[in-house]
Amino acid sequence: MGIEHNSDGSSKAKPAGSSLAATSLKIVGALLFAAFVLILVPMLINGAERWDLYYTLTSVALLSIASAGVWLTFYIGRINIGQAAYALIGGYVSAILVVDYGVSFWWTLPLAGLTCAVISVFVGLPILRLRGVYFAMVTLVFTEVAKMAALALPITHGASGIANIPLPGALEIFGLTLIPDFNTLENSRYAFYILSVTLMLLCYFMMYRLVNSRMGRLCYSLQQNEELASSIGVNITYLRLVAYAISSFLGGIGGAIFAAISQSVYPSSFAVADSINFMLNCFLGGLGYVLGPMLGTFVLYFGWDWLFQTGKYQLLIFSSVLIALMLILPNGLLSIRLWGKKS
Amino acid sequence: MEQVIANGLYLGAQYALIALGLTLIFALMNVLNFAHGQMYVLGGFVTYVIYGQLGLPFVVALIASAITLAAVGAMIEIYLFRPVIRKSHREESTMLLAAAIAFFLDAVILLLFGEKQRGVPKILDGVLNWDFRIIMPYDRIAIGVLAILIIAAFILYMQYSKTGRAMRALAQDRVAAQLMGVQVDRYSMIGFAIGAMLAGVVGGLLVTITGVNSGIGGPISIKAFMMVMIGGAGVVSGAIAGGFILGMAESVGLSVFSGYGDVTYLIIFASLMVFLAIRPQGLMGKPWG
Repeated sequence: MGIEHNSDGSSKAKPAGSSLAATSLKIVGALLFAAFVLILVPMLINGAERWDLYYTLTSVALLSIASAGVWLTFYIGRINIGQAAYALIGGYVSAILVVDYGVSFWWTLPLAGLTCAVISVFVGLPILRLRGVYFAMVTLVFTEVAKMAALALPITHGASGIANIPLPGALEIFGLTLIPDFNTLENSRYAFYILSVTLMLLCYFMMYRLVNSRMGRLCYSLQQNEELASSIGVNITYLRLVAYAISSFLGGIGGAIFAAISQSVYPSSFAVADSINFMLNCFLGGLGYVLGPMLGTFVLYFGWDWLFQTGKYQLLIFSSVLIALMLILPNGLLSIRLWGKKS
Repeated sequence: MEQVIANGLYLGAQYALIALGLTLIFALMNVLNFAHGQMYVLGGFVTYVIYGQLGLPFVVALIASAITLAAVGAMIEIYLFRPVIRKSHREESTMLLAAAIAFFLDAVILLLFGEKQRGVPKILDGVLNWDFRIIMPYDRIAIGVLAILIIAAFILYMQYSKTGRAMRALAQDRVAAQLMGVQVDRYSMIGFAIGAMLAGVVGGLLVTITGVNSGIGGPISIKAFMMVMIGGAGVVSGAIAGGFILGMAESVGLSVFSGYGDVTYLIIFASLMVFLAIRPQGLMGKPWG
C-alpha cells in the first residue's frame, strides 16, 4: 500500500511531462465514460423509449463485474472456469438472507461477496497449486459441484429455487435515506441500471489501480514465472489466494444483484455455460487489458442479442464470427490498437 | 453385484474411448478440445443417417462416422488451430477457439438434424441372462466388446506403427521431436484427426443403444474432461483408467444411492476435487503436463 501511495505522489510531483499528461488524459477519459453511461445513456434510452435496453445494459454491467474477476485470475496465470459457481453462491446467499431471514438487501450484498471470498480461500488453498488445464478443469468441476449442491441442500429449496425475492428496500444511515426503496420507484429498472453501472465503474477503477499497484506487478510476475517470483521472495501462495478471493468476491456481488433483479434464483441460474462465457468475455476483450472483459462482455452479450433476429441461424452466425475474430485477432479485440501502432 | 460390475465395465469401455481421443489431442497440441462432445454427437448422427435412415449395414455406418470425423478434425487443425497457435501471445487463446468450434458444431448439428432424440434399430436382438445375476442385452455386450477391441487396436497402433511412435515422441517433447526430424505439423494434424475420429466412433457405437440428440455434446465433454483429469492429462493409460473408474463409479453410485437422485454425481464431482487437490496430476500424469 505504501508504495502505491508513493507512485501516486511521484507521478503528481513530476512536473515535466508526458506521464502527467497521460494520467490526466486517463482521468478525463474515465470521467467522460462515467458521465456517458450514467447520464447520457439513460437520456438516450428515455428519448428512444427503449426501456428493454435498461435490462440488457444492466446485465452487461453485472456480467462484466464477474468477468473482471475471471480476468484477475487470468492475470496471475490461471484459467478460471468456475466463476458461475461463485455467482450462484452469491445469488443464493443474498436470496436466502433476504427471504428467509428478512435481512436488508444492502447488507446481503457485501455479505454475499464476503461469503464467496471466504469459500474461495478454502477452495483455492489446495487447487491454486494446480496450473494450466488442471486448474481450469477443477474449476469447471467446481461449477458443477455448486449447482448440484444447490439441488441437494435443504437450505436452497432444491430444484424449485427461491422465486419470491422482494425488491431491495431503502438504505438508511442515521435516518438519512441514501438509496430509496426500489418498490416506491416508478422505474426500478432504471434504479438497477444505475446501481449496476456504478458498481461496474467502481470495480474497474479498483481493478485498474490494483493492476498498476505494487501488488499488480507482483501478480504479473506470477503470470510470467512462479518459481522465479518465489525465488526472489514473492509470497506466491498469499498472492494467488488474495487474487482468487477478490475474483470470487466480484463473482458473488454480480450473482447477488442478478438474483435481486430477476427476483429469483435457481440451481440452473448460473451453469457451466455461464462459466465458459465469463472466460470468453475475457479472451474476446483481450487478456492483456484491464478493460478487456468489459468490452468483451458488451460485444458478446449485444452481439448475441442482436443476432436474435436471425432466428435459427443465431448460434451459427455467432460462432462463425467468434472463430473469425480468433483468426484475425487472436489476442483480443483491444489488441487491434497496438497492431495499428506497429504497422 | 455382478450386474453392477458388468454395467460399470460396459460404461467404462465407452468412456475410455471418448477420453482417449481427448487426451491424444491434449498430449500432442496442448489444446483442450471443448468440442469433443460435439464431435461425438456428429459421429452419432452420421451413423443414424446411414444405418438408421438409409438402411446400410452398421459397419459401413461406423466407418463413415470415423472418416467424416477424421476429415473434420484434420480441417479444424489445419485451418483453425494452427494459425491461431502461431499468432497468439498466450496459448490459452486456443480455449476460446475450441469453445467457439463447440458452439459452431452445435449450431450445424441443430440445423442439419433438428433437436429431436434420434434412435436406430438394435444391431442384435435378445438378452443375455446368466442365472438372473447378470442381465444384459446382446447389443450392449457387442458394443462393449467392439469398444475394447478399438482401444486395443489404438494402443497397438500407438506402440508399434511409425506414426504412433512419431506422435508419442511429439507428446514427450515437441522441440526434441522436431530436431529428430519428426514433421511436427503433419503429425499434429494426424493426431487431431485420430482424436476426432475416436469421438465419432464412440458416437456411432452408442447411438445404437442410447440414441443421440443435439443437446448432449456439452455434458459429454465435461465427462470426458473428468476422465482425463482422473487418469492424468495427456497420458493414454491414464485416459483408459479414468474412463473405467468413472464408469464403475457411476454404476456403483447409481445402484447404492438410487434413492437420493442426483447425489451420485455430487459425490463423484466432490471427490474428484479432493483427489485432484491431493494429486494434481491425476493417477498417471506427469506434473504440469
